Amino acid sequence: MTPGRRTQERSPLPSTYTPAPGHRFKVGDRVVIKRSFPPGHRRTPYYIRGKRGVIERICGAFPNPEELAYGFDGEPRKVLYRVRFAQNHVWPEYRGPAHDVIEMEIFEHWLEPASGSANPASPDELG
Amino acid sequence: MSNSSFDYYANRQHGHDHAHDDHAPIAGQDEGPPSEYEIMSRAMQELLEEKGLITAEEVRRRMELFEEELPYRGSRVIARAWTDPAFKKRLLEDGKAACAEMGVNLEADRLIAVENTPDVHNVIVCTLCSCYPRSLLGMPPTWYKSSNYRSRVVFEPRAVLKEFGTVLPDHVTVRVHDSNADMRYVVIPMRPEGTEGWSGEQLAAIATRDTLVGVTVPRVRAKG
Repeated sequence: MTPGRRTQERSPLPSTYTPAPGHRFKVGDRVVIKRSFPPGHRRTPYYIRGKRGVIERICGAFPNPEELAYGFDGEPRKVLYRVRFAQNHVWPEYRGPAHDVIEMEIFEHWLEPASGSANPASPDELG
Repeated sequence: MSNSSFDYYANRQHGHDHAHDDHAPIAGQDEGPPSEYEIMSRAMQELLEEKGLITAEEVRRRMELFEEELPYRGSRVIARAWTDPAFKKRLLEDGKAACAEMGVNLEADRLIAVENTPDVHNVIVCTLCSCYPRSLLGMPPTWYKSSNYRSRVVFEPRAVLKEFGTVLPDHVTVRVHDSNADMRYVVIPMRPEGTEGWSGEQLAAIATRDTLVGVTVPRVRAKG
């Protein structure tokens, strides 16, 4: 918590956001999160690995956190998506209504195309 | 599934219905030797001061901002969204740019605003650590960082919301957002009835931090 000049209010940090024209998936695509457990720093929560969801939006391309964590520059950047999951698919014992959802950010290299059931509401339905 | 040692519950119990002794001993923080992180942070600050890169006054001011000004920024942004539909649209499209319009420069790259409606209630968590839009909402509350909140709100959000006094009917979709990577989030709560004609300042006063994280909703308190 030692702030420096770079975090002063008047001079925001340069954005590392870049558009991701070369994305593999599009909004509404059904995907499955890889069921993989490599060591190291990963931003893919354990509880979502192996689960199926739907692309909610494309966030852009961001430096790869799996490289950044070890002092590398995070290049090449990875496309980041928001994926929506049905809660009763993620948690088989989920007690709430079937329309409850959970969404999170998943990098492209954790995604595979999926087909079949356990699909949450399409992105349009929730606006 | 409840856990009586959950610290936000303890905080909630701490309503100010009792007097504090001004001279009560402060438990915890000042006791014992400084941690390795405190020593490292202190050493870093001293080095930066010696090199003339920062001053102690700047550090103090920054901490003060986190406590006082930053939490109020999110409330101002939401109050504007409630009164200016074009601004709300821009906030939903590009949260960071919309905040910048109001002179609020976010440190995060991207801000995603999610809107509560009569059919959808949004709630934010970071299960991996405690990512939080600090330059919009100030420092995250203790409960937000607790492992209890972070682990439970993803799989029993309705139970956790109920503990915050927020009971949602079944027809409302609960939409949990795990802030697990580069995005930061803010909830646009529904503007409550009975606030017609309110000033921006009045509206900002009910768009509190917890409503922007989504654990509760803005309420109009009865006068008197």
